[in-house]
Amino acid sequence: MTTRIGIIVKDFDARAQTRQKKLNGFGFKNISDLWIIDVYTVDKSFSEKHLESIAQALSNPVTQNFIFRTKNKKAKLENQFSFAIEIGFLPGVTDNIAHTAKEIIEDTLKIKFSNDEDVYTSQVTFINGKISKADAEQIALSLHNPLIQRTLIKSCGQFIKDGGMDIVTSKVKLIKKPQVTDVNLNISDEELIKIGKSGILNSDETRRGPLALDLLFMKAIQKYFKKLGRNPTDIELESIAQTWSEHCKHTIFGGPIDKIKGGLYKTYIKRATEEIRKKKGKKDFCVSVFTDNSGAIVFDDNYLITHKVETHNSPSALDPYGGSITGIVGVNRDTIGFGLGAKPIANFYGFCLAPPASQARALRAGDPSDEIILYRDKDLKNPILSSRRIMDGVIDGVNAGGNQSGIPTPQGFIYFDERYRGKPLVFAGTIGLIPKKIKGKLSHIKKSLPGDLIVMTGGRVGKDGIHGATFSSVGLDSGSPAAAVQIGDPITQKKMSDAIIKEARDQLLYNSITDDGAGGLSCSVSEMAKESGGCIVDLEKVPLKYAGLDPWEIWISESQERMTLAIPKNNWKKFSDLMKRRGVEATIIGEFTRSGRCVVDYNGKKIMDVDLEFLHDGLPKRQLETKELSIKKQELSIAEPKDQKKILLSMLSRMNLTSFKFISQQYDNIVQSNAVLGPLQGRGRVNADASVIKPILKSQKGVVMSQALYPSYSEIDPYKMGAVCIDSAVRNVIAAGAKPDIIALLDNFCWCESFEPERLWQLKQTAKACYDYAVSYGTPFISGKDSMFNDFKGFDNNGLPIKISVPPTLLISSIGVIDDITKTVSLDAKFAGDIIYILGETHEELGGSEYFSMINQTGSIVPDVDAEKNKKLYASYYNAIQQKLIASSISIGRGGLAVALAKKIIGGQLGADIYLKNLPGSVNRNDFALYSESQGRILVTIAPSNKKIFEKAMLGNAISQIGKIVKEPTIKINGLKGEEIINLNLKDATNAYRKTFADY
Amino acid sequence: MRIINIMNKPKVLVFSGYGLNSEEETAYGFELAGASSDIVHINDIVDGREKLDKYQILSFPGGFAYGDDTGAGNAYANKVRNHLWVQIQKFLEKDKLIIGICNGCQIVTNLGLIPALSQNYGERQVAQVYNQSARFITRWVDLRVVSDTPWLLGIDTLSLPIAHGEGKFFVDKKDLKELHKNRQIALQYTLGEMSIYLDLPANPNGSIDDIAGITDSTGKILGLMPHPERGMFFNQIPNWQLLKEKYNREGQKLPVDGPGLQIFKNAVKYFK
Repeated sequence: MTTRIGIIVKDFDARAQTRQKKLNGFGFKNISDLWIIDVYTVDKSFSEKHLESIAQALSNPVTQNFIFRTKNKKAKLENQFSFAIEIGFLPGVTDNIAHTAKEIIEDTLKIKFSNDEDVYTSQVTFINGKISKADAEQIALSLHNPLIQRTLIKSCGQFIKDGGMDIVTSKVKLIKKPQVTDVNLNISDEELIKIGKSGILNSDETRRGPLALDLLFMKAIQKYFKKLGRNPTDIELESIAQTWSEHCKHTIFGGPIDKIKGGLYKTYIKRATEEIRKKKGKKDFCVSVFTDNSGAIVFDDNYLITHKVETHNSPSALDPYGGSITGIVGVNRDTIGFGLGAKPIANFYGFCLAPPASQARALRAGDPSDEIILYRDKDLKNPILSSRRIMDGVIDGVNAGGNQSGIPTPQGFIYFDERYRGKPLVFAGTIGLIPKKIKGKLSHIKKSLPGDLIVMTGGRVGKDGIHGATFSSVGLDSGSPAAAVQIGDPITQKKMSDAIIKEARDQLLYNSITDDGAGGLSCSVSEMAKESGGCIVDLEKVPLKYAGLDPWEIWISESQERMTLAIPKNNWKKFSDLMKRRGVEATIIGEFTRSGRCVVDYNGKKIMDVDLEFLHDGLPKRQLETKELSIKKQELSIAEPKDQKKILLSMLSRMNLTSFKFISQQYDNIVQSNAVLGPLQGRGRVNADASVIKPILKSQKGVVMSQALYPSYSEIDPYKMGAVCIDSAVRNVIAAGAKPDIIALLDNFCWCESFEPERLWQLKQTAKACYDYAVSYGTPFISGKDSMFNDFKGFDNNGLPIKISVPPTLLISSIGVIDDITKTVSLDAKFAGDIIYILGETHEELGGSEYFSMINQTGSIVPDVDAEKNKKLYASYYNAIQQKLIASSISIGRGGLAVALAKKIIGGQLGADIYLKNLPGSVNRNDFALYSESQGRILVTIAPSNKKIFEKAMLGNAISQIGKIVKEPTIKINGLKGEEIINLNLKDATNAYRKTFADY
Repeated sequence: MRIINIMNKPKVLVFSGYGLNSEEETAYGFELAGASSDIVHINDIVDGREKLDKYQILSFPGGFAYGDDTGAGNAYANKVRNHLWVQIQKFLEKDKLIIGICNGCQIVTNLGLIPALSQNYGERQVAQVYNQSARFITRWVDLRVVSDTPWLLGIDTLSLPIAHGEGKFFVDKKDLKELHKNRQIALQYTLGEMSIYLDLPANPNGSIDDIAGITDSTGKILGLMPHPERGMFFNQIPNWQLLKEKYNREGQKLPVDGPGLQIFKNAVKYFK
């Protein structure tokens, strides 16, 4: 018998209050009361006594009551209400709370659930007030995502009549027998194209979802199997599609382009690193670049630091919460899967989103009051999520993933542009720490050996996340598979991570490890099989979440929280015992061989047998051609504004410049006790562009981290955009104290329409800038990732087709290693009387700037980066820091000098007197002086007594004293001609800086 | 009778497993203070590989045990209750110390080790519920010491960081009165240096009577939401950059320790 156990909060419930407030903000002003009941539906028979113990174990007697409801037992009506809205999960969707509840019940009653029995959670929101059924339906839509959740609405009358809400078990029922089918490839090119685009044909004429294989690739596969004299099985074709996907093989970034035979990646990214390492010689700090799941550099004599930044864009568009939580726990596995396993020590996030409409409009996707409604389908039945929903969801996902995993999140950003409406960009990064040697063995080297067992650990396999890799290799449209959505389970992963990194690794129980990410087992196993020279897998041994999966689904599913390991046979017992004791599932699913083949058996029958060489390197090279895009020159048509104070206040409230402390402070940035400089700095708690951590408790050495992106520049000048990203990312960490000689970079290219020659030209330009500036600065790339099809194809509310492509976006992440964390500098002004200096020159470079964006201009002059000049400046500045001369510093970036200055003053909660007259460079307008985004600039304050020695340290660089910090809480700026142009109260500046997201 | 270690180094067991995550820095805090600490997975105690009676101090560290599912600390407390209750009871009979920090505080509360009014160890009497904002919050707070627990001996006020989603203390009126009367409220949020520096309200989460930590009636079991182990270095204090600049200008040496270390030192001192 199935029992619903409802847990009711006795007194005050903060969740209910927040929900009511939020709905109120959405326009439902007539809600007089709202309360929440958490429901556990236990699908197993228990005695009443046992049910009591279960309910007691799942609730807290101090604050909660519980009630039961079964088929025969009606739910008690506690209070009158207008509507009850229940949200539960759809079958097969990860239900973390239910897993815990089941474990509690089993542990408390010393019993086991059978495969047919389970626990399901749901939540009922009771609403009282003058609301209509239609209102209730809208509210329900705002509370759930139909892709992964079910909803049920009942009026009070219906509730009484039915005796409560319904008893629903979200059990997965797959009645069909798992099967393997052959795919006939002796077909026309048109048919080949169809299979490549929409997937293998099912017997019911539906297709299985995108393989993302174009005709060129399909033909190569056709040829290969013709040679073998047979057709491929579905699992073979699916497996090849995963391995060859853009997501995994990066054919665009890696393929020959114009006359560059080696492709952009080899020619511009990898070559930059090779040349830098060679030039650095003995001072080379790179250890493992590009080849592993993360890149690694030297930290000290005993440790390496790893870093990796991933994107999780497509899943986040469909299910923002699930997309971003799997983004963060996924990139954590790139750390755990580095070398023999690194420990994640810091997370990083970045969200590129469309501006959310006002709260009322953002109620839900497709709300008539939202001015921008887009649909995936022509019938306008499948709306995309509103930007606010996406924003809330991705923020919550990183919150859950990062906080629950016990990994601090000291740095991140949000960036808004209308062109992210169809597809948001969600960046997730993780820095890791690993001893250089483990029991004398170099930790960054791993190799599975023939005879090693293939072992899968962590979570089980379900239908979630099927076609993730191929799906992210195409644009989003109505055919985008819902099965691509996964929800992370941070605790299952944490248990696995602890058991592997903190115990199994240090006993050297395995030879190799990699994470099950894109492509699932098909990619992880075949990747590791390259090390040994082959593999044979018994697919029926893979533990499943529920029965009924076809073998191809098991093989490519991206169900989360799994790692694949190569374990020598004589270590298996030790490893298996350890995992059992840590509550981690570990299963032998096959053996690594030296056969040169990737072989998969299912219940004794061979269902896949492909040459490893063909699988990994059989994909044809595609020659790419670019076409230069002429840049639209646009002259500025707006005169210098009179009211500069008003402009500065508006700038401080711009979504791209303003405080997002509501995100920073809900992410734990102090766990692991490694915080040095956090995301919010100074009295004014200003969002900083760079953070510092101290990875080892007993060492004073630190890691400085930052990032930069300038998508608003890319359509004007993609080369300079790349240059600016590199200079900004490098300068940000230097401003905070990094040593210019020990900075490494990561590149994340998020492009669009990557088959268009013009887009490829932009890509080439940006990649070239990456090479030029990385080499100039001596900052090697150690890892990177690209995502080439960030396009949305859908329909507007008139049913007209619409296409939205993200602006070409390059994210450069930077990390630097420093010897002494006390030699770091925060951004906030420290003491009245301190002198303010600007380092670097200001020119009229406002093309694509935030200021121009505010006054609806584009402009044509993007900042130029003079690497040689900057390098000299940075070296002098680093010297000044070592002499303890810098009291505060901020890298001048988006928003220019005025915004950097305001942040410094808000951070210190002081005042400033500024004279633009002395500004080095060439500007003729006050607004240009204040908001130009010229690169290579840092704004610092120093103690007056250090003036001489500071100026001496900076000799030969363009620097200028432009004012001083004052006690009076006012920002006063005198213009280029000496006249006062801004006299702004600190309080007003602080309010402007904080108000935009005050209600978030 | 107080157990005196031969080495004069009290032994600390720091629990781990199932999503607890602050065990390493907590163990390090005790070590810095002069104790010897072991991180032990709960299953190794359940299996009998480790025994609690070997130790003078038990520490339930911060974390996200079981992802806070079914209420923060609840599932881990269930596991301890189901398997280790007898060992815990024996531990309580001796003159020993227990601390629960953040998630650990939620665990010892759910386990009924604090406040254990009327000596009812094992009964849940107090709860930590969702913050008033219903959101996870990370910040520094100021604390006033209001009890005589050995853990906080000699401290009047101190500042520490918090990082939690469910840290709002709740207790009914009758028990609240008892807590006050018995001086079992160990720490209260107060408007001090850090709240003023950061311009934030003293009480971060809506806790009843500004409670940040409580003890059992002996004072030997302390549960607190703030994290001493995340405030044990000078460079973790929110205004350390300002202080650094001040000390540099005055020609003073920079301090190394943060305020949280004293709590670990107090525990070590108790056994000396």
